[in-house]
Amino acid sequence: MSESLLKMENVDTFYGSIHILQKVNLEVGVGELVCLLGGNACGKSTTLKTILGIVKPKAGTITFAGEDVTKVGTPGRVKLGMAVVPENRRLFAPMTVLENLKLGAYVRGEADPADLERVFELFPKLRDRQSQLAGTLSGGEQQMVAVGRALMSRPKLILMDEPSMGLAPKFVEQSFEMISNLHKSGVSMLVVEQNANMALAIADRGYVLQTGRVVLTGSAKELSGHEELRKAYLGR
Amino acid sequence: MSNLGIGTDEWVAQHEERLASQSPLKKLFARIPLWAKWGSFFLIAFLFGMLSDNQYLLRVGVNLALFIMLSYGLNIVVGYAGILDLGYVAFYGFGAYGYALLSSEQLGQHWPTYVTVPFITILTAILGYLISLPSRRLFGDYLAIVTLFFGQVFVQLVLASDNITFPWADDYVDITAGSNGIPGLDTFNLFGYIFDDIKDYYWLLMVIVLVLTVAIHRVSATRIGRAWRTVREDALVSEVMGVSVKRVKTLAFVAGATIAGFAGTIFAGMQTSVFINGFDLPLMVMIYAAIILGGSGSLAGALIGAIIMTILPELLRVPNYGAILFFVALLLTFFVLSKKFSRFLIYVVSIILIGFAFQLAMKAIGVTQANAEDWVVGFTGDLLKNWLFVPENRILWGNFAFILLLSLIAFFSIAKPIWKHVLLPFIGFTAIFLWEVRLIADVSTTRQLIIGAMLVVLMILRPQGLFGQTRVEIL
Repeated sequence: MSESLLKMENVDTFYGSIHILQKVNLEVGVGELVCLLGGNACGKSTTLKTILGIVKPKAGTITFAGEDVTKVGTPGRVKLGMAVVPENRRLFAPMTVLENLKLGAYVRGEADPADLERVFELFPKLRDRQSQLAGTLSGGEQQMVAVGRALMSRPKLILMDEPSMGLAPKFVEQSFEMISNLHKSGVSMLVVEQNANMALAIADRGYVLQTGRVVLTGSAKELSGHEELRKAYLGR
Repeated sequence: MSNLGIGTDEWVAQHEERLASQSPLKKLFARIPLWAKWGSFFLIAFLFGMLSDNQYLLRVGVNLALFIMLSYGLNIVVGYAGILDLGYVAFYGFGAYGYALLSSEQLGQHWPTYVTVPFITILTAILGYLISLPSRRLFGDYLAIVTLFFGQVFVQLVLASDNITFPWADDYVDITAGSNGIPGLDTFNLFGYIFDDIKDYYWLLMVIVLVLTVAIHRVSATRIGRAWRTVREDALVSEVMGVSVKRVKTLAFVAGATIAGFAGTIFAGMQTSVFINGFDLPLMVMIYAAIILGGSGSLAGALIGAIIMTILPELLRVPNYGAILFFVALLLTFFVLSKKFSRFLIYVVSIILIGFAFQLAMKAIGVTQANAEDWVVGFTGDLLKNWLFVPENRILWGNFAFILLLSLIAFFSIAKPIWKHVLLPFIGFTAIFLWEVRLIADVSTTRQLIIGAMLVVLMILRPQGLFGQTRVEIL
């Protein structure tokens, strides 16, 4: 693995008195695509929230881009180079596509036209739909806006929460193709996904969470070959 | 709609067609550049100020301008940032009382205007900041209750601060004069120029509203403006985009408070007296009505809403204008509901017949008729006095008619179509009876009723308000 970009060490997260994440260790290297697998209610989303600082861990440290961010607030972490594509995309529906994209660049001040251009090159469809309200787009187009919005801050790491959720099968494939292309262009990513097959096909490494613990980790190849995992998640 | 494969989102595919199918009037309106629309408003205001010397109309203009400031401010807080602040009007009161205390014999202070106004405005901003501290952690209804509490605290504090005994003093101190209010304030005096004419305030406010319009319009297009709207839409996602939600909310809250406080100082100087009941919930409701009517989150909406909420009550002061408004609205409602002109005529004829039937029935059971001079107000009464039978005890009858009307409308809303046709003429007659007997003479109630009815109708027909954006929900 290359130089470490994000590192969670022995992280414990609680919701009230309920122990959610238990001694989670997780690492994403520069330029890596790491996937986080697991079934329902195993702590995938909580892991993301802990990384983003929406919930604060009780114990453990989180290091990002060489800095200890455990005590840094969410906007501070975004400023350091995290960006997120939230579950169900969660665009600002009554705002235009352009406004949504500009919002992604919030921490950088006013949006850089060059960044906008880059997003439009990546998703030519969005160029025509700039002034359309984000809520009127189709699911696949919304996904493009959500990814574009994340790219606008020139992030070091993109966190993706369930990129396949709520998309038609055709769009799911497109969506993973897009993630793979982004990764090839050098973006580091952490992808949280239930669809283990798809995720492992494009990832470098993977972690498997179960009831708040990392129970399995390894390269994507190793994981897709793992007997137990195949039985539990891959359905083969 | 050809060649659309299964699974393609038709709604999305139709977007262009829908744009093209908009009514020509709407398209024409959209083609007028923004500056021209706003410019025409300010041009009218300017010409009016140049040409008119009517004290009453100028005063309405000044009230309108103050109301516009208030609805602009509330529009930032509620419309942009989505903070449901029910104590907003207290900042207006704070500004007015602040000015009053520093410019009257109440405390024996007569500060120069150019010091008082900025000082009090900044003080209001600080107060807004302090109140935002506990408020910004709250959402929706909870926030509404807390801010409502703050607003009422202000009212009670002012009422109670006429009689404060400090531990070290023997005699009590009167700070705010309580419910008596503070009269005899100094009017504005800017560097020797005394604002002794209502027109001086008119020009001052026109400049302020112009500056505010441009400033808010600019800000709403910057990242702060966008951040406000995202906080309203989805605070969590806004936070993960790097927006400091707390700071942005506070900023909106303070901006709203500052504008309200500033408006308060001008109001106090113009009015040269302040009374606490002017800064209580009724005004709060009016400002909310204005921005809801105009379309929450739209600057043009806040302006139009303020205009309607200021001009309409003034119009309703004159019985004849009120009557015109009422009968036009009634006829329009019937016209829309009947869908066909022939049916509309049948309704009108039915109402007339019901009127005569009512007259015959009343005379048959021997109810005494009231003297026409007692109840006829305005020209519609003159027109209708031979048709409409008004019993002697008309206040009581009017009250019953009111209950009857509400019941009929309630029945109407759940009745089968056939019964609706039967009910409608009766509703029409009862409404006319109620209007002539009771409402036209009772201006203050009527105003509120009409404004309330207007809001209800608008919310059904156009939930987003006149200029508001259609809500698009992502499921």
